[in-house]
Amino acid sequence: MKRYYQSEMECAKVEAMRALQDERLVKTVKRVYDKVACYKNLMDSKGVSPDGIKSTADLHKLPFISKDALRDEYPYGFLAVPLSDVVRIHSTSGTTGRRVVAFYTQADIDLWEECCARALVAAGGSSDDVVHVSYGYGLFTGGSGMNGGSHKVGALTLPMSSGNTERQIQFMTDLGSTILCCTPSYAAYLAETIHNRGMRDRIKLKAGIFGAEAWSEEMRAELEKDLGLKAYDIYGLTEITGPGVSFECEEQAGMHVNEDHFIPEIIDPATGEVLPHGEKGELVITSISKTAFPLIRYRTRDICVLSRDECPCGRTLIKMSRLMGRTDDMLTIRGVNVFPSQIEAVLLKSGMTPNYQIIVDRVRHTDTLEVQVEMTPEMFSDTVKNISGMEKKLTAEMKSMLDISPKVTLMTPRSITRSEGKAVRVIDKRKGGA
Amino acid sequence: MIVDQISIFIENKLGALAEVTGVMGDAGIDLRALSLADTTEFGVLRLIVDDPKRAYSLLREGGFVVSMTQALTVPIDDVPGGLATALKVLTDENVSVEYAYAFISRRKGKAYVVLRVEDNEYAQGILVKHGIEMLAKGNILDEF
Repeated sequence: MKRYYQSEMECAKVEAMRALQDERLVKTVKRVYDKVACYKNLMDSKGVSPDGIKSTADLHKLPFISKDALRDEYPYGFLAVPLSDVVRIHSTSGTTGRRVVAFYTQADIDLWEECCARALVAAGGSSDDVVHVSYGYGLFTGGSGMNGGSHKVGALTLPMSSGNTERQIQFMTDLGSTILCCTPSYAAYLAETIHNRGMRDRIKLKAGIFGAEAWSEEMRAELEKDLGLKAYDIYGLTEITGPGVSFECEEQAGMHVNEDHFIPEIIDPATGEVLPHGEKGELVITSISKTAFPLIRYRTRDICVLSRDECPCGRTLIKMSRLMGRTDDMLTIRGVNVFPSQIEAVLLKSGMTPNYQIIVDRVRHTDTLEVQVEMTPEMFSDTVKNISGMEKKLTAEMKSMLDISPKVTLMTPRSITRSEGKAVRVIDKRKGGA
Repeated sequence: MIVDQISIFIENKLGALAEVTGVMGDAGIDLRALSLADTTEFGVLRLIVDDPKRAYSLLREGGFVVSMTQALTVPIDDVPGGLATALKVLTDENVSVEYAYAFISRRKGKAYVVLRVEDNEYAQGILVKHGIEMLAKGNILDEF
């Protein structure tokens, strides 16, 4: 079986990759300086000229681009090619503010789909597979990215899109889907529905490629057990390209960044200082081969760790850890930083379901944290003492993980709203009034 | 005697109890005994019904968190001190009771108490040894 989609890039010598990055970075910086007024303004105001960027060693001299900058220049401000060269757009959901529109030339689409194809092959995919894509299609990048990657691999592609769970399961069983691509929270919902219908024996999934949300190792174990597959993480964002910026290999220990197209850096989100490999901070990405919408030092707001450790899979591409949260998902409760992913990890480790919601409020000038989680038949007992004991144990474990004590509320099954795309994990009632 | 008891997890919110009892009522299942233990956050509803197996699968299919456990049911005389006599016998033998709920029988002069103890058979043996009359299985549901 083929182990790599493009071994010349995936397994390139580190020095050769570095040389390719140097060349592509220098070219991209020159081009955007000449073609895009906002890049010129940004660089001029920081006193950086394109001539001063000779290799990736100079990357840190360049200014950052924030999501707000992209919003301010909506829609065409960061476009780096004539509109006649552009063949498609994708867009962010706009839930956190004005939408960001990203532009693609045909070459951009091709390289993106190749990145997704690398992810599929790394998950064991080939032309013999039936790839079930339950990411949303349309403006969201998840559907078309994995769809295109699956075509490149030559697999039978089911463009399911999100929603209509009954139909998803029907196609999955009737057509024998082998690789599922969707958000981890939707995978959990599919697993629950399949279990409730008693149809676990009728699905043939061998791999799942789950992304677009931060998830935990515990959730991976849960999905692997419930769906009988091997679960792979994938990372990407609309601003940069979509899924496939990085992907997991069979080692399931971090995601290889497609370094021929994207240069990752980790910075201290407060100071902007570049941090060494192994340190946790905000991921910054520079796209060095995209034509329509190349972004230099884009602040993703995702928190992770980079590592250059040798990977037994043979790929030499640098690895990023799974996402540890987002700088903007981070809740500050009574002065303590809390990430929803930490709470999820405690719940799953304690045998609870991944169906939970975090409610933050302010009562008499004090922040409160409530974790609502659905009761499971396995955890249930006919005595109040046992259930209260379990509540106390969960509270104590969260306190030791988070440093603050939450209120744990057990809910009846299916009382927490299921999501078909990105799950709503946090309800912060302090917003607006705070 | 030992009977099947259905326990259901209930969230402490408006209509939660009505929902469960509604499922039982719609299916024509008769509730013979009921107890609700509650904290400020949640409750555990315990039921003795005429068809526990059907009640269990109906609730399970309805998405409730439900369990079926065995509970010791002891007939006692419906007179002051009736329950105390039975409990004293158990206490003397070091059997502790997690929870209990009692019901008056349709039969005049009799009451029943449902007891949650560690070991049903053992507790029942003690009661029989002390001359507390036990009903044969099957009779009990007619008594409630």
